[in-house]
Amino acid sequence: MVPAANREINVTSIVSIEGLKKTYAGGFEALKGIDLEIEEGEVLALLGPNGAGKTTLISIVCGIAMPSAGRVTVGGHDVVRDFRAARNLIGLVPQELHVEAFETVISTVRFSRGLFGKKADDALIEQILKDLSLWDKRDSRIMALSGGMKRRVMIAKALSHEPRVLFLDEPTAGVDVELRQSMWDVMRALKERGVTIILTTHYIEEAEAMADRVGVINKGELLLVEQTETLMRRMGKKTLTVDIEPPLEALPPSLARAGVELAPGGRQIVYTYDTAAEKTGITDLLADIRAAGLHLVDLNTRQSSLEDIFVGLVTESAQ
Amino acid sequence: MNLQAIRAIYLFEMARTFRTIWQSIVSPVLSTSLYFIVFGAAIGSRIETVEGVSYGAFIVPGLIMLTVLQQSVSNAAFGIYFPKFTGTIYELLSAPVTVIEIVIGYVGAAATKALMIGVVILITATFFVDLHIAHPVWMAAFLVMTCFSFAMLGFIIGIWARNFEQLQLVPLLVITPLVFLGGSFYSISMLPPFWQTVTMFNPVVYLISGFRWAFFGMADVPVAASLGAIALFAGLCLAAIWAIFRTGWRLRS
Ligand SMILES: Nc1ncnc2c1ncn2[C@@H]1O[C@H](COP(=O)(O)OP(=O)(O)OP(=O)(O)O)[C@@H](O)[C@H]1O
Ligand SMILES: [Mg+2]
Repeated sequence: MVPAANREINVTSIVSIEGLKKTYAGGFEALKGIDLEIEEGEVLALLGPNGAGKTTLISIVCGIAMPSAGRVTVGGHDVVRDFRAARNLIGLVPQELHVEAFETVISTVRFSRGLFGKKADDALIEQILKDLSLWDKRDSRIMALSGGMKRRVMIAKALSHEPRVLFLDEPTAGVDVELRQSMWDVMRALKERGVTIILTTHYIEEAEAMADRVGVINKGELLLVEQTETLMRRMGKKTLTVDIEPPLEALPPSLARAGVELAPGGRQIVYTYDTAAEKTGITDLLADIRAAGLHLVDLNTRQSSLEDIFVGLVTESAQ
Repeated sequence: MNLQAIRAIYLFEMARTFRTIWQSIVSPVLSTSLYFIVFGAAIGSRIETVEGVSYGAFIVPGLIMLTVLQQSVSNAAFGIYFPKFTGTIYELLSAPVTVIEIVIGYVGAAATKALMIGVVILITATFFVDLHIAHPVWMAAFLVMTCFSFAMLGFIIGIWARNFEQLQLVPLLVITPLVFLGGSFYSISMLPPFWQTVTMFNPVVYLISGFRWAFFGMADVPVAASLGAIALFAGLCLAAIWAIFRTGWRLRS
């Protein structure tokens, strides 16, 4: 049972991770005390460079690796002590392609459902295979499939037992653009049905498109977890670039202010501003440019992406 | 009990067996036939009877045990080693299954295959010698118990093995000598006293003796000792498997 004090906090979290540490047999500390609450029904994207500890974290929650310290519960069930109840809720698509080469697609998916203690349900499996564009390949041996198809077989296996929490470790690695879109559709449909999804990815646009929240991990530490939008807004800077005529040697004093720079070559004025601020100062700047007798040739704005934020965070933590 | 999981694992493993069923059966049948020709017909024509049983018939229980032990160990070892090797074991490790369920599924399938081969050899043997089985129920019971307990040993070997060489090593270096020295082809009473004592430390002696008792009503050691030895061995293996899954040894990092 969850102690009364914790129950309040855990009311909406389906996955609760407290002080999780992992030291591998060789002595390498892959996780250095992770605390994370994952809410039921949300899509959480875990970002982080190679070797950050994303797969290690997922492996512990799913029962593939053992925690060295700390506690993980899924649906209130401890993943070590009460593993059966916890794992009943979890579907896992690991990062590496591990498939039963000699089996057919449909038999391997049926096997997964049985392994998780669910009664055979051919209608459901047909639906899953159709959603993942695998229905035509149902009787093919897995070894005769392409890499992207094999990955989808692994997703089908994970979905076959109707998990409430789905872990996708780089689900769209090696999947072509069109299929990636259709996999996002599958994820969205699962989310509609209330499935909680935790995905890791190196494609920032995937996190931006799919995730309600983003967590950034580096060197075994969770640097932040934030609503995707808040993160974008809080840390998101916009840049306004104004192409001017004639070129300038230096910025006139009337234009000098915080965030304004003259690009090398003198043909562009670059203004970096905070989208969250009360006043962006754009109108004033443009008026001052015109007042300075400069001709406005073109202008554009750019929102910094999650990638910029992410790279910024990781380099910051490296210092 | 997650009965669906046991069923899924068992059927999955049996499907794998049936894909290569002919290879699995042809080679034991062929080698057993060769043993009968060499030992039963050629050598047996000089020995005639051992404790009142024709030599050809006398070696049948030992021959069945030889193949059944090798098969149980190597089927079960391969059955769990292969998913470890390909990585598909992730699914088993993340599934809501207990040790007992995993063992019943994998060990049960490996034992079933060994049992089938044992029966095929028994049938083959009837083409070469006249067999009258004194205690058919006990014969079946000994066969089943042997298949299960040695499949558990194989299962442990499969988890322990880090490569295919190690996987082959134990059946080859341990099982085969133990069976050959366990009285498959001779009665323990034929040995000098010193070796009779040494032989008593070979667990396979108890198996073969009990099994032969079921066939011909005569044994090297008391039947109760045979049953006790199998039960002890099976208990040790089960305890070892339980400990392996509890600690995650060679399975979970
Ligand atoms: N079985 C293992 N034994 C020892 N060290 C390991 C093991 N598995 C992972 N590690 C180490 O733990 C660290 C974290 O690895 P992990 O696979 O969790 O990273 P990741 O964030 O998933 O990286 P990637 O984006 O490349 O998949 C790495 O330094 C890795 O070398
Ligand atoms: Mg990884």
